Formats: sequence, structure tokens, C-alpha cells
Amino acid sequence: MTEITKAKAKLWSRIGARAVFGQAILECAKERDDFYVLSADLAQSSGLARFRSEFPERMINTGIAEQNMIGVAAGLAKDGTNVFATSFSPFVTMRACEQVRMNMGYMQLNIKTVGLGSGLIMAQLGNSHFGLEDGSMMRAIPGMTVVNPADGAAIIKTVEALCDFKGPVYLRLTGGPGLPIVYEEDFLFEIGKAISVREGKDISIIAAGTMVYYARKAAEFLAGKGIDAAVLDMHTIKPLDTEAVMEQLDKKLIVTVEEASIVGGLGSAVAETLAPVAQKPPQLMLGIRDFFPHAGSYGYLLEQCRLTAEQIAEDILKALN
Amino acid sequence: MDETRNGKIASLELTARQLRIDALKMANQCGGNAHLGGALSIMEAMAVLYGAVMNDPGLPYEQRDKFILSKGHAVLALYTALAAFGRMDKGLLDTFMQDGSDLIAHPVMKPEIGLEASSGSLGQGISMAVGLALAAKKKGYTYQTYVLCGNGEANEGSVWEACMSAVNFRLDNFTLFLDNNRMQSDGMSEDVMNIAGKYTGMLQALGFQVIEIDGNDVGQVYDAFMVPHEEGKPKAIVGNTVKGKGISFMENNNDWHHNRLTDTQLAAALSELEVIP
Repeated sequence: MTEITKAKAKLWSRIGARAVFGQAILECAKERDDFYVLSADLAQSSGLARFRSEFPERMINTGIAEQNMIGVAAGLAKDGTNVFATSFSPFVTMRACEQVRMNMGYMQLNIKTVGLGSGLIMAQLGNSHFGLEDGSMMRAIPGMTVVNPADGAAIIKTVEALCDFKGPVYLRLTGGPGLPIVYEEDFLFEIGKAISVREGKDISIIAAGTMVYYARKAAEFLAGKGIDAAVLDMHTIKPLDTEAVMEQLDKKLIVTVEEASIVGGLGSAVAETLAPVAQKPPQLMLGIRDFFPHAGSYGYLLEQCRLTAEQIAEDILKALN
Repeated sequence: MDETRNGKIASLELTARQLRIDALKMANQCGGNAHLGGALSIMEAMAVLYGAVMNDPGLPYEQRDKFILSKGHAVLALYTALAAFGRMDKGLLDTFMQDGSDLIAHPVMKPEIGLEASSGSLGQGISMAVGLALAAKKKGYTYQTYVLCGNGEANEGSVWEACMSAVNFRLDNFTLFLDNNRMQSDGMSEDVMNIAGKYTGMLQALGFQVIEIDGNDVGQVYDAFMVPHEEGKPKAIVGNTVKGKGISFMENNNDWHHNRLTDTQLAAALSELEVIP
């Protein structure tokens, strides 16, 4: 188990989600030899260079062939072995979607697909490389678990948890270098259990991935306006912690925020939970509206999608008035 | 030695005939459409694989040979072979396509009755077989991996991704049987996607050890499987076959790709296999 300290949190923030993932895998590999890591010719870009040089026998490169990578992962996982299959988020979830559906959904094999650089962090590379719909698509496949950790420490915790987790998982990694810091000391992390990162009695903001940090910052703005907002880190988008959602019914407003399309992701999952409840607060769904943003810097993209802390706070105030 | 071989082949020919009889009866009994043409083309391959090539299914995972039917719609050939060689209860065949049955129109993974993988979406089984063979190499497992792919299926790009990687990973514990019946759902392959004459060259170019045979000749199928792998190379058997093989009105007739078999047609088909209905 990697210790979580302020200094490490700073380091993880500096190196970004992909490098943190590579480091987490490397640390796990030093302690156990019961998993393989696959890459479709992106080991270097996935932070896996050191893992590859230290554990060459456990790193398999399938070439630029994501469909085959998932199938090969299935063969390797058939005896129960844990297999991490990694690539950039659209390639591993959408190019190989039907392989994921057959091998991970239908056959429930012990594969963890890792979507690197999801959300908007691919910036100038454009929408071909963005992860807008990846989480929604993976969530729609029966039997899949979908996790989108908030920061470096949460990525470390998630990878450690996945090493002992039996069954198919999509690990959605958002954020790059300059990754927000939410956790600076040890915390309890359990797949499927939301974490309260801020208490509040007026409204609840339920967020995943990078948006946990932005939601908390938005809550601070709102506090200045006399609104007391709770913030929940809903890192596991499926299966959703419905209990934690139902505990928010006494609030004036429930807000969901995700660095993902609002079609089929966290917001939808929360709405599906709340739909049958008669007495409930309205839900404001923040995320990427149904469009392809114009590529540019990460900050420029967040602004287009109204996902900066200020914009989140503004939209919440608007919804409250 | 030769006598053993000839004896085996004579017996496997009888098995292939029995698989056809069982498959036709199942297709008739299920009351709906069944994929007959592409199942009938691989009966020799299935009889040889289960009857003479693969090891004891009772062996532990690390040793038990693996077979993946990548062209999942040919499932009648798989179910009948598993039943013929005692890997699943023969009574199960009567449940084919009935509600609640484990035997639906494409295989659903259930290793305890010999179904190693779920398939039905074409072009995926070879990748899984590559993973199985690679796992054996990495972990020192002794099983062999066999995968059967269809001719129409080979239109899928993922088939070739998988074949490339089988060569790249030097999988000399891996055998692909390509059922080249030269037909597919919409008709003759030469009219749909004209590559059916090129498989041997394509696989050789990738670096496979390739053996091209008459895939409906039990002797040739048996001999092809018995050829040892060249070191560091995956093996491919390109079996030239006839879709609907064994039943005159089904041979090379794509009406039988997926169709309902009436009682009268069943009787006619069985009489060709010299069985009194």
C-alpha cells in the first residue's frame, strides 16, 4: 500500500494521471506477480515505460490493434488472471467496444480496461482523442464496473483496489499534469462507495474525476454567497452508490458534474436513481453538452463546456434563482 | 502405424456422418431457423479435433486443450461433437434453442460442458485463442489452443489483427482451422468479398505455417492436424470445404445458411445419409 502524504500528492499532481497510473502499476508489480499489462503501442505515453523495462515478461504490446488487445486480454484472463488493457480512452472503449462487450460483459472475464487521457485533457489533439462518451458506453454494458478517480492519490488507491478486484472494470482516467489535488492524506477508498469531501446542508454536488476538485472549489464560491454545498466524490459511476444519493433528498438542489458527456454518464446514473422518487429536489446536470468542443488548451475547453469552478458556481446560482 | 491411422479415419468418418445426422435432427426439432450450411461444412474438422486431436477434457485447466468456435453460428457442429465425445450429456441436444436451455444459437461459455467461450460476433475468437496460447507460453501451461474461423468471417479486420499477433508472439502451440467454404450470408464469396482463393498466400505472407487441404476429407484433415508445428510458428489449416456438405439439396445452396428444416426435408436429408428415419 502506497502511503499518501502532502509531498506525494504534490508530485502526483505535477506528473499527471497517466504517469501516476504507471507508477501505481509499477508499485503493485513489485509486490505481486499475478497480473499482466497490455498496451496497443502506447506504453510510453501511458506512463508504463518503467514497468516495461523492469517487468518485460508481464508487459504485452499488441501493436496498434485495440480490438485484438481486448481479445488477447480475454485469453490471458480466462484462468482468472487479472489483466490491465490500456490505451487512450476512445480507442480502448469505442474502437474495441464490441470486444469489451463480448469478453468483459458477456463472459465477465477478469479484465480491467484503462482509458488514459479521458475527458478533455488531450486538448489540442482534438476530439479524435477526447473521452466524451467512453464512460457512458462502458456503463451501458451489463456487468461492468466503471471508476473515475478524482486525483493522484485516488488513482493510486483505485489501482491497488483493482489488483484485488475480480471482474471487468473500466478505469477512466481524467486530468493531466497539474492534476487537481483532493486528497493529501490517507483516506478510506472502496469501489462503489462515495466519499464525502465537503459537508453542506443546502445543496449537494455529486462529482467524479477531475470535477471533484472543481466542485469543491465551486462550493467555496457558493459559501461566499451564503449557500452551504456538500460535495460527494462519486468515483464509482457503476455500480452507483445509490444509498449516498438517497441521503441527499433533503437538499434544495442536487448537482452532478462530470468531465464527460452528460448523455449516459454520472448525471444520468444519478437521475436514474432519483426518477422514481416522488419528493425530491431538482437535478442540475453539468458536463459536456451534446457537442464536440473546439480543440484547444485544457482551460479553453473547460470554459467552452462551462466546467471551471466559477462557471459551475454561476450555473448553480442560476438554477437556485 | 498406417493401419492405426486408417482405422481411426474410418471411425472418424462414421463420427462425421453421425454429427450430421444429429445436427439435422436438432435443426428440425428446434422448430425454427438454424444455421445448417456452415455447420455441415466443418463436421470432418470437428470429428477429427474432438475424436483424435484434443486431449482428455477431464485434465486440469493448465493441461486441457482449448477449442474456440470463432464462427459461433456453426454451433450445431460444436454441440453435436461435444455430445458425441461425452463432453456434454447427449440429452442436452434435445433442448437446443428451447427457452432456458444452455444450447442457444451461438455458444455461451460454460466450460463444464465443453463450451470454452461465448461467440457469435464474428472476428473475435482468434484474438482470444491468441491470448490463451500466449498465456500457456508465459505460464508454462501445456495445453494446445485450436480455433476455427469461417471464410465469411475472415472479412473482419480483427481476424487479421489476431493472425498478425499469433505470428508476432511465435505461438507454435496455436492452430487455426479456416473453413473455406467459399460462401457467406449474402452468397458466393467471390461476389461479396473476393479473397477466398488467397488465404494460403495471405497467411504464409504473415509467417504462418500453412497447410491447404480438402477440409471435408477426414484423412487430409487428420494428417494436417498431425503435422507438428514448425518451431516458433503458428499453424493454419486452410480447409477447402463445401457449405451444406453431405446433403445434396443443401450443398453450395445458400438457402441453407439459416433456414428451417421441415419433417419432409429432414427425411430426405437423412435418407441421403443412409438412415431409416
